[in-house]
Amino acid sequence: MDILLYLIPAALVLGLIGLGGFLWALKSGQYDDLDGAAYRILFEDDELPPADGTAHEGR
Amino acid sequence: MATPRAAAVADEMGAEPGVRSHADTTGPGAEGRCLHCGLPAPSAADRGDGDPPGDGDGRFCCSGCAAAYRLVAGLGLADYYRRRTLDPDQRPLKPEDDAGDSGGVDLASHVHTAEGRSRVSLVVEGLHWAACVWLIESVLAREPGVISARVNMTTRRLALAWREAETDGDRLVGAVRRLGYRLVPFDTERLDSERRRREGELVRAMAVAGFAAGNVMLLSVSIWAGASQGMGPATRDLLHWISALIAMPAIAYAGRPFFRSALSVLRMGRTNMDVPISLGVLLAVAMSLYQTARGAEHAYFDSAIGLLFFLLVGRYLDLLARGRARSAAEHLLALGTKAVTVLGSGGERRVLAPARVEPGMSVLVAAGERIGIDGRVIAGVSEVDTALIDGESVPKPVAPGTRLFAGTLNLAAPLTVAVTAVGDGTLLAEIARLIEAAEQQRGRYVALADRVARLYAPVVHSLALLSFLGWWLGAGAAWQDALLIAISVLIITCPCALALAVPVVHVIASGRLLRRGILLKSGTALERLSGANTIVFDKTGTLTLGRSRLVEAAGREADRAALAQAAALAAASRHPLARALVRAAEAHGIVVTVAGGVIEVPGAGLERLTADGIMRLGSRAFVGAQGSGATDGEGSEAGPELWLARPGEAAVRFVFADAPRDDARAVITALQQRGYMVELLSGDRPAVVAAVAAAVGIATWQAGCTPSDKVRRLEALAGRGARVLMVGDGLNDAPALAAASVSLSPATAVDVSQTAADLVFQGDRLAPVVEALVVARRAQRLVKQNLGLALIYNATTIPLAVAGLVTPLIAAIAMSTSSLVVIANALRLNRRSVS
Repeated sequence: MDILLYLIPAALVLGLIGLGGFLWALKSGQYDDLDGAAYRILFEDDELPPADGTAHEGR
Repeated sequence: MATPRAAAVADEMGAEPGVRSHADTTGPGAEGRCLHCGLPAPSAADRGDGDPPGDGDGRFCCSGCAAAYRLVAGLGLADYYRRRTLDPDQRPLKPEDDAGDSGGVDLASHVHTAEGRSRVSLVVEGLHWAACVWLIESVLAREPGVISARVNMTTRRLALAWREAETDGDRLVGAVRRLGYRLVPFDTERLDSERRRREGELVRAMAVAGFAAGNVMLLSVSIWAGASQGMGPATRDLLHWISALIAMPAIAYAGRPFFRSALSVLRMGRTNMDVPISLGVLLAVAMSLYQTARGAEHAYFDSAIGLLFFLLVGRYLDLLARGRARSAAEHLLALGTKAVTVLGSGGERRVLAPARVEPGMSVLVAAGERIGIDGRVIAGVSEVDTALIDGESVPKPVAPGTRLFAGTLNLAAPLTVAVTAVGDGTLLAEIARLIEAAEQQRGRYVALADRVARLYAPVVHSLALLSFLGWWLGAGAAWQDALLIAISVLIITCPCALALAVPVVHVIASGRLLRRGILLKSGTALERLSGANTIVFDKTGTLTLGRSRLVEAAGREADRAALAQAAALAAASRHPLARALVRAAEAHGIVVTVAGGVIEVPGAGLERLTADGIMRLGSRAFVGAQGSGATDGEGSEAGPELWLARPGEAAVRFVFADAPRDDARAVITALQQRGYMVELLSGDRPAVVAAVAAAVGIATWQAGCTPSDKVRRLEALAGRGARVLMVGDGLNDAPALAAASVSLSPATAVDVSQTAADLVFQGDRLAPVVEALVVARRAQRLVKQNLGLALIYNATTIPLAVAGLVTPLIAAIAMSTSSLVVIANALRLNRRSVS
């Protein structure tokens, strides 16, 4: 059963990474607007300067 | 913003086949609807001799909308009009006349500046579609100097940051206002910090507890699986030690909310639910540590941390349910912070936040502006819309000397007002006080849960102590074994299901109501709503829409021409009756065109010089219509009226009334069928009230009620054992709303009534009243079922624990299943729909 000495710490470290990731996401405000995020993906955010932006619209 | 180039581009854009054809197919732009806001727009062909308010080709209703459309198209954002869906129930996206600057918003006191960077948070009004988020963010992103602009759709807030050197806040706010949105700044620090801090702490504790519980339970599975397959004691001890290593720091971190609360009540010499929880968890950990050190077979780490995790979930859901109510109240509070224009002694104008205005100051109130203070008119003649205060749909004339109240709307002409009340006397302070009161007040059922807890905690403590003493002294067991049994009693009786039963149902119910446009403001409203058996309605603004509509009395077919002419005059005014006249004309298929050269005489009416003479629309005295027709004398009884006088013709009378909401009758009938007693209490005249009562089918009604009459009537009903649901709006209903056992307000109601009411519903229909009652009754049934399930669980497991039959495995399984059963039961609320 020596393998446990490696596997359990490995599993715990992976779990801790997940926990850390969640706490980081929480802290950086990724759960603040759950409704908007669902729609945001639908907006093509063409960050075009106004000068050429119009040539692209409506066609 | 509208540089010549941008405007040229916009025109080109507007002529683009893609944009145009789209607009034509989706409604706006077609059938004379404004391209920007979707309101009716006069077309060029129908336009009379007046000056065109739009861009001249009939695609816009006003110059504000035309400018907004040019701005949007000029920035290459015309996709917005394709992405959005117009919702006729919502406020149209119509820019205000003074849009372009910050609109008198006192931004400076809300801006936080550091190192040349400024931040401000604003509440966005008029945000109804996801496309609005995109439009606002895109428009701001194209402004120079903007660092970030982010709209939160859930809270309807815009977080804006910019470089102070390159632009200023007023300019950015103006850019968004030009699109038709209204922005109100608010102070994030003041409103948010406490709740956010608590919510953040709970979520972090939940995450840590969840992580630890999952891992410790995995190890427990190994231990139990190993026990049946002959795992060696050394491996088992190793697994126990690892469990201890995970569980102890996690419990120390995640248990803090409970430990803190338990400590604080113990210091005051009382006990609450957190005491047995903390005691059980801490004793379990201590005992398990001792057992592990001894190399014993059982440890309780998994139970301790699992218990903590479930309890944290319940606690978080509880906070969430209350937080929803609170954020709605915060929104109201933010909307109350309207800026006030103060006149200095030298005639100079300053824009101040209402809190900084002092009694005795002179305040200028522009036409169309909502009055932010209580005061007395010094100069100016105008009409004031007091609908928010007394529910009256017809504006009241004001002159020097008249008292004005915060929340009323100045309609016709600028007024100078001497401030009489600020600070604690203002509407804002009253709202804040009411919110605090609502926060503190907790309903019967939660109080019952607290009573149960107060009873439950000593019972659990003495049960555990008794089983310890019984096993140690009575049955002669070793003290370690006796303590183990006592701990298992503490753990198994921990009110997991009890702590989850009520919050889960409330969160699901309030979520469901929110999707139907009903806002639950008090945590116990559902419970009180479910007990209601009598429903009392207010009339104006509740059963009716609170808007005047033209009734057909004078609308004879022969008067169609008169109606068209009157509507042409009325289209130039913002007066509610004038607007009602325009709406009625449109309903008759008349294309209303704005007449040119219309002069508005404040408090009297409208007049216009035509080739034949003066055409007038307004009060009877104004048009000078004495001997006109057979309808003299009964005018003031029937309702508000307008007269049209044309050169060389008899004056024509238009009579208005406040018609019931479309589905009022159906809703009343449905309520009566469900066995509710329905009553109508109104401050209006008996004739009007009787007509509305008959129209919607209410047999019991009372007219001419003052606010205290309403409260007395409610008390009389309560004395007879009725539990009353009050549905009302205006400020005159607020005492009744507070006095009733539960209350509901339409979202159009005055802020104070919305705050006094337990629930707020949106939209022009009355159907949400039925929906709320049905959901409340069902939720209450589920809460009772859940409490019953939790009690059954305790009744079966406590004897087992006292008898010493509960192993850690059984404790863990029993706890999890009881929690899952309670949650699953609550979820049933989401499934069945209300017809």
